[in-house]
Amino acid sequence: MKVHEYQAKALLREFGVPVPNGEVASSPADAKVVAARIGGKVVVKAQVHAGGRGKAGGIKPADGATEAEAAARQILGMRLRTPQTPPEGLEVRSVLVEEASAIERELYLSITLDRARSAHVVMASQAGGMDIEEVAARTPEKILREWAHPALGLADFQARRLAFGLGLAGDQFKQGVGLLKSLFAFYLAKDCSLAEINPLVVTGDGRVLALDAKLTFDDNALSRHPELVALRDVREEDPLDVEASKYGLNYIKLDGTVGCMVNGAGLAMATMDIIKLAGGEPANFLDVGGGASPEQIENAFRILSSDPSVKAVFINVFGGILRVDRLAEGVIAAVTKLGLKLPIVLRAEGTNVELGKRMLAESGLALVMADDMGDGARKVVALAKGAK
Amino acid sequence: MSVLVSQATRVVVQGITGREGAFHAARCKEYGTTVVGGVTPGKGGTTHEGFPVWNTVTEAVEAEAADCALIFVPPFAAADAIMESATAGVPLVVCITEGIPVADMVRVKHYLAEKPTRLVGPNCPGVITPGEAKVGIMPGHIHTPGPVGVVSRSGTLTYEVVGQLTGRGIGQSSCVGIGGDPVNGTSFVDVLSLFADDPATEAIMLIGEIGGTAEEDAAAFIQSRVKKPVVAFVCGQTAPPGRRMGHAGAIIAGGKGTAAEKMAALAKAGATLVRSPADMGATVAKVLGK
Repeated sequence: MKVHEYQAKALLREFGVPVPNGEVASSPADAKVVAARIGGKVVVKAQVHAGGRGKAGGIKPADGATEAEAAARQILGMRLRTPQTPPEGLEVRSVLVEEASAIERELYLSITLDRARSAHVVMASQAGGMDIEEVAARTPEKILREWAHPALGLADFQARRLAFGLGLAGDQFKQGVGLLKSLFAFYLAKDCSLAEINPLVVTGDGRVLALDAKLTFDDNALSRHPELVALRDVREEDPLDVEASKYGLNYIKLDGTVGCMVNGAGLAMATMDIIKLAGGEPANFLDVGGGASPEQIENAFRILSSDPSVKAVFINVFGGILRVDRLAEGVIAAVTKLGLKLPIVLRAEGTNVELGKRMLAESGLALVMADDMGDGARKVVALAKGAK
Repeated sequence: MSVLVSQATRVVVQGITGREGAFHAARCKEYGTTVVGGVTPGKGGTTHEGFPVWNTVTEAVEAEAADCALIFVPPFAAADAIMESATAGVPLVVCITEGIPVADMVRVKHYLAEKPTRLVGPNCPGVITPGEAKVGIMPGHIHTPGPVGVVSRSGTLTYEVVGQLTGRGIGQSSCVGIGGDPVNGTSFVDVLSLFADDPATEAIMLIGEIGGTAEEDAAAFIQSRVKKPVVAFVCGQTAPPGRRMGHAGAIIAGGKGTAAEKMAALAKAGATLVRSPADMGATVAKVLGK
């Protein structure tokens, strides 16, 4: 789960990570009030769940409250398109109005999981404010890494090593070490999968500040963090993904025309792959889980078919424990209830497979049966193309 | 011979009084696995659907010499359940539970480092040695004994390949699901090493997926250590970057972990690559000369 920058900064502030003084505003008038309270030069920043906002015109400096109001008027309501947003962009519904910082140095700091080592890794670099993946690719020696002990966490000497490596000295060194330790404590306490500060800045008046903050939380840990769940902004997510998650379905919308309904993540990915090999394009990833109850099948169909680009549906289910007669029941009920006209190709293996196939054959539905995955993929791609 | 589980394996099911635990304990027993009973804290001394229940894993080990734990406890208690079995001296722990927080698994992995216990999973279908023992949730009837070792990060995709193999009259020595999480107990390399040394395994089917570097590690190991033929498939060739594809570990992050990179590494290491998931069984048949 992602949160907005203003939410991230409020969370970090609670843990003692220094962030600029600022507040969120959802109207130009509010932005003016906030800017007046802060006083002097401010920055007005679009709040969307995507990076690259500056280049897209989503971040504007303003001198005083009146300018801040004008900047907020320009940004609020715009559809921000960045390389990280969907092609149609994301609507800006709020802005963060923040004190402008005189930036002396821009640094980089992040904490994430190092899968290869099964350990949390803290990464720091003097090349802040840039795309860190580019830095990693071109000049990997410019990224410092410290792996936290799985039980003991980040040791003080490791925080010092990073702060020295960032070129911090004197009071800024002390601030940097404190910030590193606070950020690591936050990362663990809140089950982050990523805590990224880019840039971490040294200001003209000698402060070390998190100028931006990107936090991602481990979805598997959310039920022990109700305070984080409360921060979820579903308007930033694809509506179909949100709908699917309500029913415990794993759905990701893609650009093709062949809708897929599969049990299991690996088989679902493999089904997308085989559709592509057969000359088609998958319209989605959809894992209905191991059970695939009639209710789940119905919800899955509803979500699949609400995507207008879907021209044909491929149901590919392999379960020994899964009962194909129950699956058939779900398919028949869903298709009838929703009045679906889309061609459907079904490939199913499991218990009571003969009974399930007979039920479907006798249902009068326009279903095409497939012998195996390859056969199913060829049939569904042909149908999707014919339906165009 | 086979790897990890056999007729001699004595299984204790952690979370046996739960719906999933009870259901699958019965299925494993039906298959012929020796399921000695289960553990649910607070329900010790009772029996559940014919299985004796203990409060702790240690009691199950003392009473019935359990040497394998099969875990069905909910995500927030699963990490603790793994550590309990490891401390009780259980040499093999198979964790089916999906949804364990990553930070919990980082601690578990460290905890296990000092112990002889091997963890398979979490978020996996388990391990089966066809005709001998089934320790997991896979459908037993699709398997048949034979020469192919199967190792995979995915559940139903493993059933798919097993179905294709059995359909061609090709059996399996053992099938190991290592799970779809970013931090897991047993890696591809661990299982490849077991299969390489297992006289019953003549060929290996490896099923990878996007995310992480487990397939690249497997490729390096295959190149240096595995003399037996390896057939590999990597799913997620069409997966978009930055999206978690169902499994917590199946994500292309920062342009890394793509199916193309993994397939290239495996091909370079001498594995026979399968492009279409429909051709997995046929390709194994070919390398076996069948």
